[in-house]
Amino acid sequence: MNFAISGAHIHPLYLIGVGFIVGVLGGFFGVGGSFLAGPALYAVGVPMNFVVGTDLSHIVGKSIVAARRHRALGNIDIKLGAIMVVGTIAGVESGAQLIQWLKKTAHIDWAVGITFIVVLLSISGFMLWETIATSRRQRSTRKTPKAGQHPSKSDHSAASHIARWVHRLSLPPYIRLPVSGIDRVSLWAILFVAYIGGLFSGFLGGGAGYIRMPCLIYLLGIPTHIAVGTDLFEIIISASYGTLSHALKGNVDILIALVMHTGAAIGAQIGATLTQFFAGPRIRMAFIPLPVIGAIIVIHGLLSGHGAK
Amino acid sequence: MKREARGSLKAFLIELAVYAALVTAYFFLVLAFLGEWLEKIYRSGRHLYAVLALALIVSQGIALEAVTTALLAFIRSRRGDE
Repeated sequence: MNFAISGAHIHPLYLIGVGFIVGVLGGFFGVGGSFLAGPALYAVGVPMNFVVGTDLSHIVGKSIVAARRHRALGNIDIKLGAIMVVGTIAGVESGAQLIQWLKKTAHIDWAVGITFIVVLLSISGFMLWETIATSRRQRSTRKTPKAGQHPSKSDHSAASHIARWVHRLSLPPYIRLPVSGIDRVSLWAILFVAYIGGLFSGFLGGGAGYIRMPCLIYLLGIPTHIAVGTDLFEIIISASYGTLSHALKGNVDILIALVMHTGAAIGAQIGATLTQFFAGPRIRMAFIPLPVIGAIIVIHGLLSGHGAK
Repeated sequence: MKREARGSLKAFLIELAVYAALVTAYFFLVLAFLGEWLEKIYRSGRHLYAVLALALIVSQGIALEAVTTALLAFIRSRRGDE
């Protein structure tokens, strides 16, 4: 099939297949899946500027499907998601500005890139330690969730002391998040987490769920299932903003996104439904390779000389 | 348990087959004809194209979510009747 806007010629079944795989990952982990969709589009001849914009627009459609499913399962904290949008958009703009600044400065991209790699690998290492420690503790206490109980109610973490420390921060104003079971957290802590996610998204492209999801769990103390659903809700808004921005610059081939999304829609439903059958630590353990993939993307960008985008 | 898992797999495969048929029809009836029209708008007015691109992906997201949810509900109700 010929896609006249980007000038690419791709078999629709390939796009539907890529969409399906990314959809399952997105529904299950609450990530955009750019680390997979981006290279898959680039590999079949889609120009790099269209890869970034088209992937963002496909993420919008996929996240709508997965977020609606998560909402039906009670996994979305809308209040938290709405607050985070402000921080995310500021972060996305900062990330984009950082790229513009790096273009004028020699070697700084290496310094920032290496910092990102260390941060991402640290997240994976930390999550690996935390999930193993949590699993051991749960095995020794042998706590089983009650029938019909939302999975978030029985979600425990060996690193919950970090979130408790963040909750105690004296930085008014404070917000109550009843859906996530949080009585008091500083608004600035929420905005900070959203800003970091947005910064990575603006700098590296895509939804940056590989950093936002762990931040929601470990810094804000959001239960894993609600972190996945809320991240998806927040991605809808930030990716919509990115789609408009890239479409105005001529970087979106919407027909490619629409075809990909037909596969992603069913994949996202499956991924979101699958979260019901896994406990929080299991989801977190399966998530561990994603920041590693993010680090590989940064390494590739540095070595190929393309910077972050 | 095994019987339950087999039932879920069967329901999933039926859903996938029906969904594939619907998507194929949608692809030939709608998407195949959108290309030229979208390209014209892309060349003539970038602002209209940007709004249209977002509207199309959001609409498709909502529509396909409704289709997949309805399919799942229909198959589950049929399994409940058996």
